[in-house]
Amino acid sequence: MSNLIKFKIDGKECMAEAGKYIVDAAADNGIYIPTLCNMKGVKPKGACRICSVRINGRLMTSCTTPVTDGMEIESNSADIQDLRKSIIELLFVSGNHFCPACEKSGNCELQALAYRYQMMVPRYPYEFPTKPVDASSPRIIKDQNRCIFCKRCIKTIKDENGRSYFVFRNRGHKLEVVLDEEMGKTIDSATAHLAMENCPVGSILVKEKGFDTPIGKRKFDKEPIGSDIKL
Amino acid sequence: MSKPVVATTSLAGCFGCHMSLLDIDERILTLIELVEFNKSPVDDIKTFTKAVDIGLIEGGVCNSENVEVLKSFRKNCKILVSVGECAIMGGLPALRNGIPVEECLHEAYIGGPTVQLNKDGIMPNDDELPMLLDKVYPCHEIVKIDYFLPGCPPRADLIWDALVALVTGDPMKLPYEVVKFD
Repeated sequence: MSNLIKFKIDGKECMAEAGKYIVDAAADNGIYIPTLCNMKGVKPKGACRICSVRINGRLMTSCTTPVTDGMEIESNSADIQDLRKSIIELLFVSGNHFCPACEKSGNCELQALAYRYQMMVPRYPYEFPTKPVDASSPRIIKDQNRCIFCKRCIKTIKDENGRSYFVFRNRGHKLEVVLDEEMGKTIDSATAHLAMENCPVGSILVKEKGFDTPIGKRKFDKEPIGSDIKL
Repeated sequence: MSKPVVATTSLAGCFGCHMSLLDIDERILTLIELVEFNKSPVDDIKTFTKAVDIGLIEGGVCNSENVEVLKSFRKNCKILVSVGECAIMGGLPALRNGIPVEECLHEAYIGGPTVQLNKDGIMPNDDELPMLLDKVYPCHEIVKIDYFLPGCPPRADLIWDALVALVTGDPMKLPYEVVKFD
């Protein structure tokens, strides 16, 4: 315990091991910083920017920034909260997120963040893009309408040789995360279920599964996302 | 002093939000003490007969009639509230937004697997029928909307609390459980 360092989040004195990422160090001190593309045990990449905090007047992603001694972090100020909310709203309008018809509703992290920040309506106009749904695999449906490009499936769903079942295809505004056609044919049930679980939204679905938990008993029905983080 | 006047309508909706309004149970007795209803399916008044304070809009905008009704609500109501996912973002009707209108109509009236009686392949074409829009629009992309109550349907408690807050001018409580999108 010799390498403990002190730092501050919104003025609150905190302690953590040197080198820990801010988001984890904050959680150790009972402070929740929202994340979406980040996952425990996976190398962070700071894609979604939901976890943005202000350090020395600059916005940094707390999932990729290690905490240092004496660091002063601003996380819950009104403008940062609004920035996070605007990112959630952008994600909602840039895809087709029909919550009432989604198998992941109630267990969806994007929706849960919208609940936590009480998004009543996005401030941006809806794009309603035309996106395909790939149901060619015997076990998995990949719905591009809901994908937020967090890359969690690409990083975590691999076969015994370390090959990813999911890959990026195309570039720029045509970018999509697709299930490898050949590997999709042989994906086993446990891996398919893990893929659905690791997807923060409803973009990866296991066939013949959905709506099996009644409303009121799902993950985010009663408690906001991040409620597990407290001292 | 006269009571605040409320009007409601269902555009491209399923009347689920109106049902949710009825889910306030016995508070409906307090509601009729608090407000007076004007144009609404609740009392079957078809046209505005006086200036309205609060207009509740259920459903998105999918055809020319919806546009007309929504605009008349904006004209006659001081405050407009989008009630439910369809009014806020188009909802389930907006699932057609990625599909050309012609394809939708063809599926519904000519090519669909349940179409049996339409042997002549006629699509509804009477002049009296409202024209379908190219896609389903959220209400706030057509007129200015003042408040939004999400949910499919919005919880009865959310609708009730919002109505009471609007009528009394008191601040509204928004507990975590009532703001849901499904």
